[in-house]
Amino acid sequence: MKCDNCFERINKEELTLNKLPVGKTAKVKTLLNTGISRRRLLDLGLIPNSIVKTERLSPSGNPIAYNIKGAVIALRKKESKNVIVTLLHEE
Amino acid sequence: MGLTGQSSGISLLNNKFNITKKSDEQIVIALAGNPNTGKSTLFNHLTGLNQHTGNWPGKTVCNAQGTFKYKDKDYLLVDLPGTYSILANSVEEEIARDFICFGNPDITIVITDSTCLERNLNLVLQITEITDNVVLCLNLMDEAKRKGIDIDIKKLEKSLGIPVIPTVARDGKGVNDLLFTIHNIVEGISKPTPYKMTYDDSIEALVKEIEDNLSGLLDESLNSRWITLRLIDGDKSILKSIKEILNSPSYEEREV
Ligand SMILES: Nc1nc2c(ncn2[C@@H]2O[C@H](COP(=O)(O)OP(=O)(O)OP(=O)(O)O)[C@@H](O)[C@H]2O)c(=O)[nH]1
Ligand SMILES: [Mg+2]
Repeated sequence: MKCDNCFERINKEELTLNKLPVGKTAKVKTLLNTGISRRRLLDLGLIPNSIVKTERLSPSGNPIAYNIKGAVIALRKKESKNVIVTLLHEE
Repeated sequence: MGLTGQSSGISLLNNKFNITKKSDEQIVIALAGNPNTGKSTLFNHLTGLNQHTGNWPGKTVCNAQGTFKYKDKDYLLVDLPGTYSILANSVEEEIARDFICFGNPDITIVITDSTCLERNLNLVLQITEITDNVVLCLNLMDEAKRKGIDIDIKKLEKSLGIPVIPTVARDGKGVNDLLFTIHNIVEGISKPTPYKMTYDDSIEALVKEIEDNLSGLLDESLNSRWITLRLIDGDKSILKSIKEILNSPSYEEREV
């Protein structure tokens, strides 16, 4: 079921990073985890407002490779599901 | 009071890090950086054939050490594993952290990729939080130039409080400037004064309280503020490393 309206709505929707399709770019909104696992995501460059792009899937679909501030980094789903992003539209 | 601080420092390097200093005078330089920034390229350029590789004690991570001479001084260069952080999320990070924190290198060079400098600065700030004698090497300047990236070196030096040297390690460009900068620090002609991070009042209050309690317990060569911050983080691996260091023979001898 597709209509212009719901397309609008979906585009503005937030999603977790593990759901970001290959080739799409998004902006980090917030991280859900705490402690050392949060620190790791921050160290990799997943800081609120930074840009992240899904590069490719591994053969098994996990981990997934992302471009984060100029480096390609593989994240496991159990890590990337802690990152809330908003999808960006390529012009 | 058997050993002097310096010679027990040497056996600590040897026991815990498998690093062999030829003499007291040899200057130890740690080479840190994100993965793939040209550490090994710079290392090979500086040390040529005077290299020795093995593993870090008890770890299957490569430990490369090499020597070189510059203006009549002997240097020992240690190539650390490439990491985005040294807050010990992995074996590589633990090695880099322990070497910078407990190995007491005289100088640490942080080598960065100039095409994505922002992501590299995280590590730079983590390292300047532990030690003052840090030199920032902006490598891959040829790539940055090709991509139209222009870096204001003077401004970066001013904000970070440490020397910033642009290089193209693959062609040996800028390496002489880097050596000259290191020489000046060794000779006491210049002294890096890194920008220091301050945290929220609540955290700073906690730091003060814990640091006061720690004083006397830790060796004075260790950075008690940094260790306190890790304790507040709840980082258990730092406690493990401190315990190992305190129990190492070289340290016990010193306590006698
Ligand atoms: N264009 C360019 N390439 C460089 C430069 N320095 C190093 N390289 C190349 O970058 C690649 C990575 O260099 P390494 O020296 O292996 O990097 P590293 O930091 O040791 O990498 P890890 O040990 O994996 O963390 C190699 O292909 C080098 O030839 C440079 O200044 N310019
Ligand atoms: Mg290397």
